Amino acid sequence: MSTPALDTVANAIATPEREQPYAALGLRADEYARIREILGRRPTGAELAMYSVMWSEHCSYKSSKVWLREFGRRVSPEMTRHLLVGMGENAGVLDAGEGWAVTFKIESHNHPSYVEPFQGAATGVGGIVRDIIAMGARPVAVMDALRFGALDSPDTARVLPGVVSGISFYANCLGLPNIGGETWFDPVYQANPLVNALAVGVLRHEDLHLANARGAGNKVVLFGARTGGDGIGGASILASDTFSAGGPTKRPAVQVGDPFAEKVLIECCLELFAHGLVEGIQDLGAAGISCATSELASNGDGGMAIELDRVLLRDPSLTPEEILMSESQERMMAVVAPDKLEGFLAVTDKWDVETSVLGEVTETGRLVITWRGETIVDVDPRTVAVDGPVYERPLARPAWLDGVQADTAAALPRPASGSPELRAQALRLLGSPNLADKRWITAQYDKYVLGNTALSYPDDGGMVRIDESSGLGFAVATDANGRYAYLDPYHGAQLALAEAYRNVAVTGATPRGVSDCLNFGSPENPEVMWQFSQAVEGLADGCRELGIPVTGGNVSFYNQTGDVPIHPTPVVAVLGIIDDVARRIPSGWQDDGHNVYLLGTTALELDGSAWAGVVHGHLGGRPPAVDLARERALADLLAAAAHESLLASAHDLADGGLLAALAECVLRFGVGARVWLRDLCERDGVDAATALFSESTGRVLVSVPREDDVRFLGLCEGRGCPVLRIGVTDATVGLDVQGELVLTLEELREAHESPLPAVLGPVGGY
Amino acid sequence: MRIGVVTFPGSLDDRDAQRAVRLAGAEPVALWHGDHDLHGVDAIVLPGGFSYGDYLRCGAIAALSPIMREVVDAAGRGVPVLGICNGFQVLVEAHLLPGGLIRNDHGRFVCRDQRLRVESTGTAWTSAFREGQEIVVPLKNGEGGFIADAETLARIEGEGQVVFRYLDVNPNGSLHDIAGLRNERGNVVGLMPHPEHAVEPGFGPDTTAAMRSGTDGLAVFRSVLEHALARA
Repeated sequence: MSTPALDTVANAIATPEREQPYAALGLRADEYARIREILGRRPTGAELAMYSVMWSEHCSYKSSKVWLREFGRRVSPEMTRHLLVGMGENAGVLDAGEGWAVTFKIESHNHPSYVEPFQGAATGVGGIVRDIIAMGARPVAVMDALRFGALDSPDTARVLPGVVSGISFYANCLGLPNIGGETWFDPVYQANPLVNALAVGVLRHEDLHLANARGAGNKVVLFGARTGGDGIGGASILASDTFSAGGPTKRPAVQVGDPFAEKVLIECCLELFAHGLVEGIQDLGAAGISCATSELASNGDGGMAIELDRVLLRDPSLTPEEILMSESQERMMAVVAPDKLEGFLAVTDKWDVETSVLGEVTETGRLVITWRGETIVDVDPRTVAVDGPVYERPLARPAWLDGVQADTAAALPRPASGSPELRAQALRLLGSPNLADKRWITAQYDKYVLGNTALSYPDDGGMVRIDESSGLGFAVATDANGRYAYLDPYHGAQLALAEAYRNVAVTGATPRGVSDCLNFGSPENPEVMWQFSQAVEGLADGCRELGIPVTGGNVSFYNQTGDVPIHPTPVVAVLGIIDDVARRIPSGWQDDGHNVYLLGTTALELDGSAWAGVVHGHLGGRPPAVDLARERALADLLAAAAHESLLASAHDLADGGLLAALAECVLRFGVGARVWLRDLCERDGVDAATALFSESTGRVLVSVPREDDVRFLGLCEGRGCPVLRIGVTDATVGLDVQGELVLTLEELREAHESPLPAVLGPVGGY
Repeated sequence: MRIGVVTFPGSLDDRDAQRAVRLAGAEPVALWHGDHDLHGVDAIVLPGGFSYGDYLRCGAIAALSPIMREVVDAAGRGVPVLGICNGFQVLVEAHLLPGGLIRNDHGRFVCRDQRLRVESTGTAWTSAFREGQEIVVPLKNGEGGFIADAETLARIEGEGQVVFRYLDVNPNGSLHDIAGLRNERGNVVGLMPHPEHAVEPGFGPDTTAAMRSGTDGLAVFRSVLEHALARA
């Protein structure tokens, strides 16, 4: 935007008919009219900039708000037992016990990561970490959920290494261990990869900080990196629009990250918190100063007066509108009592963090921004940050869904028991990109820094010690299966929840809360909106049944190429607490001669499975049945068994079914097993291929030392949990499924470990 | 015994190094990059991280920080100094150790459990190992490729200045598989792998005995304690 003369409020009153570029800023005509109505005049250029970014889909949740309220409506008292801060703040906070709290959140940075994979992914990490700091917590771990197009597509070779390098560059340099996550490949993400970044922080209860500006006379301070021209309009343009081929390049709207500046900012903020120098704090992410000032003022009890020309600039030629919209990274805004300002500046000075006092909290109820003495913004901050437009978008159950659901994978030919075809299909499955080893990616992340990582990839969940003296810790896992959600978004979302929940439970931790990142196509498409509404209802109902709350998260719409939306991809992160990380359960076999048990039962559930996709290129039918009561009972059983240290290992069954779980248990430490399926096939009435490839839920593979057998089986019986001994660990074999297939350790390794390096090249030993 | 751990802006493994010092039985002392004060410590650790954002060259700016003038003086007096990863880069930039460290040959950051051979036990930081002992210590770096000109390399090898050598996999293209070096006197040691990440059962590298149970790094910190006792 180029406004030759400064567009002041007085000028806006004097020139009511001036044409304004609201459409180029992503506002609809009726939204622009609403702004004029609120103000009783036309907005100034600066006000228009603020409203346009804050009313964007990304910042206002205008299409999703009516559905997200479902999470609040379906909350039970059980769910809020451990909840210290719920949805709506920078990140949710859960009580972890012993006076500790844990805060975590997952957020998307999808579109920037497609335009500029390295910086897009890097700043995705930076943004989510600042959300964690803003709660008063020390960030202690990151994780990421990634979706790319086909592994062998040329564009994946551009996007994937860039995204991984960006995450690696930023999080490694911040000194945060990356403890897991997941990566999927599917052509539906070809021109719209998903980069969902999660961060976890820990804090003492008394250190909790909230984003509000209270107390007239308190100073409003901007500190951290200088404001530059990067990322202008990122939220409104990139995150809230569909890419169209042949349009102008959108690269300048991607922010550029400096993890060193953020690392220093973290330490500086923690020192400010420790000395009690901050009344309220907010990070600057999407919509930059527009967002921080309007949200802080809205959450407070008065107004705010800002002198915008006090913002320290990287580029002195920036206009006030650009300064308000800039999404320059590594910036924070704090509200500081006047008598503490000196102490505040001493700390920022120690860390060489540039700081400027922009203004103060007022009693006017207005957010007033001046530029060189002239008023360019005079608004009720709530109209910018809170009372934005809300749409009840039309919904339509897709007409194609019945046909897709009728096309079940049960009709596909399955290989006969013991046939060479069964073995060949098993190898193909284990070497398929989604099931293959992801160490090419995770080897680029520091998993050791801070010295508290108790579990990380390839374990089912990541686990981090919170307290060195007691061993208190948390476990976290993310999951989403877009194929399931495509077949049935309600149950697809619940399946993601169930899997993340189970992945936390198998570590020995007790699930306690949820954060979600809901990745969908355009909300203006009624079919996508229906998928979204179904997924939200599924999650809200599922969380109620599991008794754990959604603490926050993010919605990402417009994930599509042209008119073709991605599969609905509700990424669910579950966080659990374990009272001593020393009792965590490994995910694979380490010892000879332990009994291998399968918990849960297996049905013919191949719809949406990895087997149907890899072997038959098939996606149809209905996803596996979800039984959350059973998941809950299973989690309780695992927690009890972990508490008594009865389990040598536990590993969840998900995509790739029993076969994938067996192979992963072997590959974790290189100890194999002899396995038999006869009892399983008999009890559950399934054939060998179904036993190996079905993706029935509520199943976990555990290994138990012989001396603990009786106690373990007693525990299962007491809780009515179906349990079947299906094998015994054996360090002399790879995977020997008797009468069905034999795979040596070398064959398993080759199939599992070679696919990513074969396409992406070597990484120091992987 | 008091062991100082220097924090530069961008240091990341400083708390880990302090924990390792504590677990080895010494008292960790936090040292600040902007000070000229070593607080009378008996030994010094320069921890891993990205000091000053790795701007210019890894370790180049840190090597010019106020505390490093004191560290160089102390090293000259025979005070044991250990540089881990970024700390190794700082020692090289400060000319306390020869050679240079460049971007990994495969171009990517890599984090792995690395097998190493201890080549020299005649230093303040390796006396608790056996000569030729094979250990596993986590490695994590983007710029860990050791280089030196032919003459320097010949001297390093000839004088027995190689302290640790990579086994199985050379993870970054280091010449002669060099993972760590000593000065001639043996009080200054630098290495790319992170012994401070293999000091506590449950949080180290996997071993055949149990998950994350590797504590091979602890001997580095115990060595300097023994070294101090022997001199006392």
